[in-house]
Amino acid sequence: MTAFFAKRAGYLLLTMVVVSFAIFTIMEFTPGQVARKVLGPFATQLQVDMLTEEMGLNRPVVVRYLEWAGNVLQGDLGRSTLYKQPVANVLWDRLGNTAILAAIAFAIIVPASIILGVAAGMREASLLDRTISIGGIVTTSIPEFASGVFLVSIFVIWLGWLPGTSTLNTGGGWPLASQLVLPVAVMVLYDLGYVVRMVRASMVEVMTRPYIRTAILKGLSFRDVILKHALRNAMIAPFTVILLQINYLVTGVVVVEAVFAYPGFGRLILEAGLSQDVAVIEAATLVAVFITVMAQIIGDFGYMLLNPRIRFS
Amino acid sequence: MTQQTPVLELQNASISYFTRAGEINVVPDLSFKLEQGEALGLVGESGCGKSTVAFAVMSYLGGAGRLTSGRILFEGRDMSSMSAAELRQIRGGKMAMVYQDPMSSLNPVMRIGQQLIEVPIIHQGASKKEARIRALHMLKEVNLPDPESVFERYPHQLSGGQQQRVVIAMALMAEPSLLVMDEPTTGLDVTVEAAVLDLVRRLRQVHNSAIVFISHNLGTVVRICDRIGVMYAGELVEEGPISEVFRRPSHPYTRGLLNCIPALGSDKHSTPLVPIPGQVPPALHRPKGCIFSSRCAYVVQGRCTDHRIPMEHVRDSGRHRVQCVRYDELDPYRRPTTATSAAAVAAEEREADSVLEIEHLRKIYHQAASIFGGEGGYDVKALNDISLSAKRGTTLAIVGESGCGKSTLAKVLTGLEEATSGTVRLEETDIGKLSVEKRGTEIKRKLQMVFQNPDSTLNPSHSVGYAISRSLRRLKRIGGRQARQEARQLMETVKLPADFVMRKPRQLSGGQKQRVAIARALAGDPDLVVADEPVSALDVSVQAAIINLLMEIQSGRDATLLFISHDLSVVRYLADRVAVMYLGKVVEFGSVEDVFNPPYHPYTEALLSAVPIPDPDLQQKRIILEGSIPSVTDIPKGCPFATRCPRKIGEICDTTPPPEHRTASGHRILCHIPLDELKHFEPVISTAAE
Amino acid sequence: MAVETSPGPTRRSLLAPVTGRLRQIALLRESPVGMVGAALVLFWALVALFAPFLAPYDPNANDYLALADPTPSAEHWLGTDNQGRDMLSRVIWGSRTVLTVAPIAVICAYVIGCLFGLLAGYYRGWMDTVMMRIADIILSFPVIILYIIIIATYGPSAANIVIAVTFTAAPQIIRIVRGLTLEIRERDYVAAAKMRGESTWYIMLVEILPNARGPLIVDACLRMGYTIIAIGVLGFLGLGLPPPDPDWGGMVKDTYGFMSIWPHMALIPCAAISSLVVGFNLLADGLREISLRD
Repeated sequence: MTAFFAKRAGYLLLTMVVVSFAIFTIMEFTPGQVARKVLGPFATQLQVDMLTEEMGLNRPVVVRYLEWAGNVLQGDLGRSTLYKQPVANVLWDRLGNTAILAAIAFAIIVPASIILGVAAGMREASLLDRTISIGGIVTTSIPEFASGVFLVSIFVIWLGWLPGTSTLNTGGGWPLASQLVLPVAVMVLYDLGYVVRMVRASMVEVMTRPYIRTAILKGLSFRDVILKHALRNAMIAPFTVILLQINYLVTGVVVVEAVFAYPGFGRLILEAGLSQDVAVIEAATLVAVFITVMAQIIGDFGYMLLNPRIRFS
Repeated sequence: MTQQTPVLELQNASISYFTRAGEINVVPDLSFKLEQGEALGLVGESGCGKSTVAFAVMSYLGGAGRLTSGRILFEGRDMSSMSAAELRQIRGGKMAMVYQDPMSSLNPVMRIGQQLIEVPIIHQGASKKEARIRALHMLKEVNLPDPESVFERYPHQLSGGQQQRVVIAMALMAEPSLLVMDEPTTGLDVTVEAAVLDLVRRLRQVHNSAIVFISHNLGTVVRICDRIGVMYAGELVEEGPISEVFRRPSHPYTRGLLNCIPALGSDKHSTPLVPIPGQVPPALHRPKGCIFSSRCAYVVQGRCTDHRIPMEHVRDSGRHRVQCVRYDELDPYRRPTTATSAAAVAAEEREADSVLEIEHLRKIYHQAASIFGGEGGYDVKALNDISLSAKRGTTLAIVGESGCGKSTLAKVLTGLEEATSGTVRLEETDIGKLSVEKRGTEIKRKLQMVFQNPDSTLNPSHSVGYAISRSLRRLKRIGGRQARQEARQLMETVKLPADFVMRKPRQLSGGQKQRVAIARALAGDPDLVVADEPVSALDVSVQAAIINLLMEIQSGRDATLLFISHDLSVVRYLADRVAVMYLGKVVEFGSVEDVFNPPYHPYTEALLSAVPIPDPDLQQKRIILEGSIPSVTDIPKGCPFATRCPRKIGEICDTTPPPEHRTASGHRILCHIPLDELKHFEPVISTAAE
Repeated sequence: MAVETSPGPTRRSLLAPVTGRLRQIALLRESPVGMVGAALVLFWALVALFAPFLAPYDPNANDYLALADPTPSAEHWLGTDNQGRDMLSRVIWGSRTVLTVAPIAVICAYVIGCLFGLLAGYYRGWMDTVMMRIADIILSFPVIILYIIIIATYGPSAANIVIAVTFTAAPQIIRIVRGLTLEIRERDYVAAAKMRGESTWYIMLVEILPNARGPLIVDACLRMGYTIIAIGVLGFLGLGLPPPDPDWGGMVKDTYGFMSIWPHMALIPCAAISSLVVGFNLLADGLREISLRD
């Protein structure tokens, strides 16, 4: 068990190093642009060169990377060129806002996907199965900006029930909560269908297994067959997939936040990317990779707990 | 006969599956009765509907299957009139089932104990505690060592034999009056199978459950059942007490089946195998008359083909029934024999040169402890000092149970693996350390292989013609046109129609695929053909045809055949020389007569006693091996067989590797027991006093 | 002739004469879901192919007179956008953009994915370990950040979109192909090919790859859907193809601000992209359904 976690922790570190270095390298190809972006189009070339010199942007990428990495290890994420303040100041706020969306969406997606997936998969090709499956395909097929547009036209423009933007610039209570409804709805619509279909596929598989037949021919009721024999087996394969949705919910929300002008992590990444703000992008990437790999580790661990064949091998 | 209600009665049951192609009537009209405590064996080849009957009895035909007419009565009650709740009470409570593949029949994420106690909890309202006591008792009754620990384990932590014992225990938990067993020993090793069959026989007496025993193997039925029913294309063509059916098989199909099976004790010189010609008619196009008429040698147009054949009682027998209008016109049954056996044997005895010489061959897999290598890890001795030889134009058979190393041997010979040490000489070349990439075309041409699984032997994306002609082009270095021409000739050699070259593997039956595989192996006109279980996945009538084909090709081309098999009857029939392997060692090697008669190695003796023989008149010694085969990572220091040997003589067996006894005829036995003593073993198989 | 029992009265024997690719199409007819998907995809493919003949106007021509009322009219069946450009013509030409870039990206990803997947699965050992590690690292990279960095740094162009999509999709394809290769390489027909002295490339490309095609075709359809979404998202975020070429995602971005007055401007391209992706995903589902059947 210790070996398992030690190995995974090492892997997490390796991934973070490789990914952060890769970003440095990719952005390295256009070094002068950073200073130009900071100073605006009317600055002279001399000013740009001076700032580049001052920011140390003309040194080799490896040196700058090592310096940055050293600072990060000491807890200093650097300074944002776009927001003109320390990265940490912007990052945690935005991440917190996104975490609210992600947590609500995740709390809906997990139970809903399990219930719908199991209900569809326990009787393959039944009417219920077909409805859920096709519904799932359709909702995952609609890009988030499109479902955003559809939902806004219905609930904002036509019915006028909900606000069209979610800038969080209001007090608490319903005015604030109402701003979360549409972003969460878009995330759930886009993601739920995918997870439901994973759970369903696994459930369908399990239901064809001989041990389900054994359970039925033992005289168990269908309910007990599903709950006691099928469910746990059916959850083994999708478990990792479900956990990996955290990854999408936190880092994949760029579009949702863009549609609703939501001040979250995704918007931060988009704005930083567009203005070549290396420090912010690096910090955001580290957070994203950390979340992804942690979700993987927890997923693998849960898979091990659910599956005795791996636990006792 | 008793006047009680039978436990199970089928009255003109007709079962259909409903598919996109329409209704497929797999069982048109089936009737039989099963009295209390009686065991009926249902045998037949794949697709004959025997498993359908088993699941119909359990009222479990899935979404597509349905009982379309007739009745299935359980203890006098019509099962189709039962409510779902009543059905649940009966299933698992009054009727229980044992399945073909025990591993997949047990829930992989539930402990054995949990799966067992469910039964008394639902059916007898037992408390968890009572249920646990009963479960432990049952585990003990099915001879599982240490029931307490088995109770806490997961299915994958048990061996196949142990899993099947658990399934049997589960079935018997509620003391059912009917037990349906669907191929319960298929897939188990022969010694494990023997132990499971022995257990079922013993439990039958204790629990007095009636049994429907489904099997493709006539021999296993003989060991368990009182009565046998032979099924063909969904119809029961003959049914009666075991002894009567085997002594006087009255339906031509039953006779045909018996003629297909190499009975242990018969060999190619004395008893030919006679395959049944033709094919089973498709269920969508059932003939009006006798279902077997298109393949029957005794068919009379009109009488046999015009109307349905009724089931008749064989004269002067109350219980033996047959569905044939001509049964009393047929000659009394006798196994076919060849007159010229002596001459054939003499021809075989001639001095031939050695094609294959294996000396001190070892294959050791090193299993690293971690991906970084380093310390730890262990060796797996898959082949441990193997010495064998085969002469030109003869058959060397390798026989043994799973994990004995026989397939590794095939891989080393074919160059798919390299030997760790020792030599493998094919004619003059040492090929042991030549992997297939390093072998020249000439060696590849000389040595080809026929694989076990007909479904994976041919590339599903390539046509039959491509498969064969590609081999011809690679091995003979000939052009495309000539290769296509020769491919057609090879198709003729393996008795397939020439226009099959256009077909894809999915359009062929298992036997046809195996014929194509043989044709492909013959492409380079090889000197040595390695055949790894080539018939074990096939039905007996197909098996007979393939064995005959292999023999015909062998004598026609003077090729040497290395035949790997777990089936002693087939080996006895086909081989000239036999090597018996156990845990990577050859424990016995010699001519087929030497190996199958005393002196035996104790393991050979146990194997022979375990083989189910479809002949109730043969007396077979019963030797039940305890325990399971040790893991290859943990081979005993002394004799590999010491942990299970019923004739173990003492500590020496555990500590010292046994010496090899050699006789003048070249018969070798690896055992601590002196040769003289081994000679005095009585034969395992003898004919009952007549 | 001694012939053995046929494989039984299954559907297979009834369909025996239909072979190869034709068979898959013939079977697709039995999946209504797949047929709907195929119809949607075919519809858009035809629209893209005949765009010059179908589009009533130049997609970039401004009809400022129509701006007085840009909603659907007799002249502009689907109305115009905020710059007076004909919506119908832009949607039609937009399909051509997306149905050129997406297939190229998917094909590139497949070439790389199949190549490395085959190598990793066939050779196993260190090559496999190294490649899978690299793939894992790329996969733990947040896709959207990667898109943004690549496009924001190197500028929006079709080539960069293809590179970005290939880079993120290839590791997933490598994994799938590797998994299939690991399984197929153990089949006896691969051993038979080795025993007749076939080269490694022959074994990988002729013996293994064709038998992996079932799952790969399904995956390719799904991946077309994802790629179309990705292209749309990039357009919506302002990282898509440079204007004025019509691009569905970009059209939504340009007109989203007018949602409260003229919602049709954003709704129409959204409906277009959704229907195309739904088409690919339904087609994938239908193909999977029939491939599981035999």
